Amino acid sequence: MDAVGILPLDVVGWLVQFWIALGGAGLLLQRTPQFINRFVFPLSALTSLLLAAVGVWALAATPNIMVLPLGLPDLPFHLRLDPLSGFFLILLGGASFGVSLYSAGYFKSMAGETLGLLCLEYHLFLVGMTLVLVADDAYMFMVAWETMALSSYFLVTTDHSIPDIRKAGYLYLLIAHVGAIAILLSFGVMQAGLGIGAYTFDTMRAGHLTEFWSSVAFLLALFGFGAKAGVLPMHVWLPEAHPAAPSPVSALMSGVMLKTAIYGILRVTFDLLGTQLWWWGVLALGLGLLTAVFGVMFAAVQGDMKRLLAYSSIENIGLLLVGIGLTIIFHVYGKDTLAALSLIATLYHSLNHAMFKSLLFIGTGSILHATGERNMGRLGGLIQRMPWAAALMLVGVLAIAGLPPLNGFVSEWLMLQAFLLSPGLPNNYINMLVPVAAAVIALAAALAAYVMVKFYGVIFLGQPREKSLEHAHDAGKWECMGMGWLALACVVLGLAPVMVVGQLDQVSQMLLGTHLGNAANDWVFLAPVDTERASYSPLYFLLAVLGVMLLTSVLVRRFYHGRLRRSPPWDCGFPAQTPRMQDTAEGFGQPIRRIFEPFFQIERDVPSPFDTHPRYHGQTEDRLWYILYLPIKHITEKLAALAGLLQHGRIHLYLTYTFVTLIVLLVFV
Amino acid sequence: MENFNLNLFFAILFQLAQLLVVVLLAPLLTGWVNQCQAWLQNRSGAGVLQPYRVLRKLFHKDAVMAHNASWLFRVTPYIVFGCMWLAAAIIPIIAVDLPFSQAADVIALVGVFALARVFIALAAMDIGTSFGTLGARREMLVSFLAEPALLMVLFTASMISHSTQLPRIVESLAYHQFVLYPSLAFAALAFLIVLLAENARIPVDNPSTHLELTMIHEAMILEYSARHLALIEWASSLKLLAYISIGVALFFPYGIVEAGNWAGLPLAVVWLLLKLLVAGAGLAVLETVTAKMRIFRAPEFLGTAFLLAVLGLLIHFLLGA
Repeated sequence: MDAVGILPLDVVGWLVQFWIALGGAGLLLQRTPQFINRFVFPLSALTSLLLAAVGVWALAATPNIMVLPLGLPDLPFHLRLDPLSGFFLILLGGASFGVSLYSAGYFKSMAGETLGLLCLEYHLFLVGMTLVLVADDAYMFMVAWETMALSSYFLVTTDHSIPDIRKAGYLYLLIAHVGAIAILLSFGVMQAGLGIGAYTFDTMRAGHLTEFWSSVAFLLALFGFGAKAGVLPMHVWLPEAHPAAPSPVSALMSGVMLKTAIYGILRVTFDLLGTQLWWWGVLALGLGLLTAVFGVMFAAVQGDMKRLLAYSSIENIGLLLVGIGLTIIFHVYGKDTLAALSLIATLYHSLNHAMFKSLLFIGTGSILHATGERNMGRLGGLIQRMPWAAALMLVGVLAIAGLPPLNGFVSEWLMLQAFLLSPGLPNNYINMLVPVAAAVIALAAALAAYVMVKFYGVIFLGQPREKSLEHAHDAGKWECMGMGWLALACVVLGLAPVMVVGQLDQVSQMLLGTHLGNAANDWVFLAPVDTERASYSPLYFLLAVLGVMLLTSVLVRRFYHGRLRRSPPWDCGFPAQTPRMQDTAEGFGQPIRRIFEPFFQIERDVPSPFDTHPRYHGQTEDRLWYILYLPIKHITEKLAALAGLLQHGRIHLYLTYTFVTLIVLLVFV
Repeated sequence: MENFNLNLFFAILFQLAQLLVVVLLAPLLTGWVNQCQAWLQNRSGAGVLQPYRVLRKLFHKDAVMAHNASWLFRVTPYIVFGCMWLAAAIIPIIAVDLPFSQAADVIALVGVFALARVFIALAAMDIGTSFGTLGARREMLVSFLAEPALLMVLFTASMISHSTQLPRIVESLAYHQFVLYPSLAFAALAFLIVLLAENARIPVDNPSTHLELTMIHEAMILEYSARHLALIEWASSLKLLAYISIGVALFFPYGIVEAGNWAGLPLAVVWLLLKLLVAGAGLAVLETVTAKMRIFRAPEFLGTAFLLAVLGLLIHFLLGA
C-alpha cells in the first residue's frame, strides 16, 4: 500500500477533518434533527470504524511522521503514528463505532441548538482524543488534551439547567486542569536543558535526564494522567461527572477518554523516558491496588446505576495501573517475557474495558429513556419489558465480572499469569509484594462479580418495583445495533485471544523491545510462555459447555418430558408479598457496607420500631472527600479571603499598592 | 507418531470415560455423606442410593414455574449443570491424561465455578421474591471471599509445580519430589474452609435446613422444581465431587497414575474410591461436630481462609518451599 504513497497517518488526518466537518454540519443543520440522527451520527460511526481499521494497519507499519503547517510560528504541530498509537486508535474507533451508532437513536428526542451544539462537541471530543493519540510534540499534545477536556466538559454539562450537573462539571473541569498543569510540567522537565523550542517528543526521547529529574517527570506524569484516569485520590470527579453526562458521552468518557490517560502514562514511561526505576513500578502497583479495591468497594454500595458504573471504572483503572506497575518492575529487572506479558495484559484489559464499559453505559441510557429513572431501587423486572437491552447487557455484565469465555476473563487470566511467573526478582521486598498484590487483584475481581450481580439483578430481574415500569419500552433499532456491536466485540475478544495477543505483541516490541509470541503455535490455544506452564482455549471451553448443555437438555427431554406449568411464585405461606420486599440496591450492598464499614462515611437515620410512619434514610459517602478535599477547599477559601483584604474596589488604593511596590522594588534592585 | 496418536486416542477415550463416571458417581458421594451423617446422628438413614431416587422422582414431575420467570431462569439449571460437570471432568483424579485440561487451567476452573455461581444468583433474583434475593446476596457475600482464597490455594500449588495446568501440578506433586511443603499445609487448611463454604455445608450454610432465614443455597433455588431442581441438585453433587477432587489432586495425589500408564488404571480407581469414602466420611464428621454460624460470622471465617491462603503463598515465596 506504501507504493500508492498513502500512509496510515494521512488517512487519520482525513478522518479527523471529516469528523470536524460532521460536527460543523450538525451545528449548521440543527433545525433538522432527522438529518443529524439519520446521517451525521451513522457517518460518524463509519468514520470510527475506518479509524479502527487504520489502527490495525498502523500496528504492522513502521511509524510515520508528519509535520503540519499549523500552529504558532516556528512551532508547527508534529504528528506520529506508531504501534502504540495504532492500538489506542483501534480502541477509540472500535468503542466509538458502537457509541455513535447508538447515538443515532439516542438523541432523537433532542432538537434545536442543544442537539447542534452537542453534535459539534461530540465530534470535537472524538477529534481531541484522536489527536492526543497521534501528537508528537508537547504543544500539540496539550492542545489536543485541552480540546478533549473542554469538549467533554461541555458535553457533561449538556443539561446545564440542573445545578447539580453544573457542580459536577465544575469539579471535573477543575481536576482536569490540575492534572493538565502537572502534565505540562512533566513535559517541561523532560525538555529542560535541551534548548528552547525542543518540544517535540523526538528530542525528549534523545535527551538524557538524571535519575532525579526523570523521577520528577514520571511522578508529575503519573499525577497528571492519574487525575484524568481517576486514580486515587484524584477520583472524586468520576462518580459525579459520569452520571451527569448523557449516556453515550459517559460511555465515551469512561470507555475511551480514561484510556488516553493510560496511553499517556505508557508513552511517557516507556517511550519518552529512556530509563525506568524499580520504585516507580512499586508506586504504580500500590496505587493501582488501592484504587482497584476502593473502586469496587464503593461500586458495591451505590444506588445510582451510573455512579455504580463510574466506581467500577475506577476499579478497572486501578487494575490497569497495576499492570503498568508490573511491567515497569519486570522491565527494570530485565525479565523481558514477563514485562511483555504484563504489558499485553494491560493493553488487552484497556481494550476490553473500553468495550464492556461503553456497552453498559449506553445500556443505562436506554433504561433511562425507557423509565426516566437512574435509581436502581426504583427499577426491576426490565428483562420482561426490554428483552433486547437485557440480553445485550447480560453479555457486558458477564464480561466485566471476568467470567469465561468472555473477554474480561482473558485479560484477568493474562495478568494472573504474569503474577504467577514472577518469582526470582532480585529484590526480596518486591517478591513479597507480588503474592499480596495477586491476592488483592483476586479479591477485587471477586467483588466485581458481586457488584455486577447486583447491577443486573436489581435492574433487570425480579418484579418491577414501580407501577410506571409497566410502560417501559425496549431500546430502539439504532440503540440495539450500537449495543450489539459492543457485545459482539466482547464475545470476539473473548474467543480469539490468540489473534489479539499476536497484534498486541507489536506494541510490546516497540515499547519494550521484546515480544511474547504464542508458545502453542496454534490459533486455538493461548499459551503465553509455554504450553506446559499454562494454556487456555476459550473456544474449546465454550464448545464443551454448550455441548454438555445441549446433551443434557436433549437427554432430559428424550427420557422424560418437557412439560411446564406456570403458577404464582411461592409466597412462603405469607400472601402479602409485594415487589417492595425485594432487595433494593442498598439492601444488596448492605453486607459490603457492613464488612468495610471503616472505609465509608455512613449517615443513617433508622426509624424506631414504634414509629407509625417509618422513614429510612441512608447515605454512604467517600471518606476521602472529607479528609482530603474539604480541608484543601477550606485552606483555599481562607487564602482567598486573606487576598481579599487587599481588595476594596477603590482605584486610589490600587494606585497606592502600585506605588509602594515600585518603591520597594527600587530599594531592593 | 503412531504411538503418539494411539496415546492421544486413549487419552480422549479416557477423558470421555471420566466425563461419564463423574456424572454417574456424584450423587453417590452425596448419598454417602448423608448416610455417614445419619449414622453419626444415630439414625438409620435413607441409604446411599437415595439421591438417585430423588433425582428420578424430580425428573418425572411436571415443572412449575412462576408467571414472571424469564428465559434466564429456564436456562440457568442447564448452564450450572454443564459448568459443574465440565469442572469435575477436567480434574485429574485417576490419571493425568486429560486432553481437555489444556483448554482450561486452574484459573479457568475458578472461572467456571464463578460462571455457574453468577448465573444461579441471577436466576435467584429473577422471580423477585424476598428469599431469592436474600439467597443471592448471601451467596455472593460468601463467594467474594471464598473465590480469591481458592485462587490463592491453587496459586500455591502452581508456584510449586511451575504450571497452572492441573495435570502438570499433579504430576509434579505426586511423582517428582517427595517433599513436605509447609506452604501446602496452610493452603490445605484454607482449602478446607473454602470447600465447606462453597458447597453450602455447615458451618457456613446448612444443606438440610428448612428454616428460610438461615438458608443460602436453598434460598436461591426455592423457586425451582422438577427437572430444573434435579439438574441443580445434581450440579451441587458434581460441585462437591469437583471440590473433593481438587483437594485430592493437590494434597493427596498418591495413586493417580502417570501419563500413558493405562495398566495402572484399576488400582487408581480403587485408590480414588478409597479417598472419596474417607473424604465423605470426614465431611460428615466435620458437619456433625460443628454448629452453623451467624451469617455475619461467615466473612470472618472466610477471611481466615483467605489470609491462610495468602500466608501459604508468601511462605512459598520466602522459603521457596
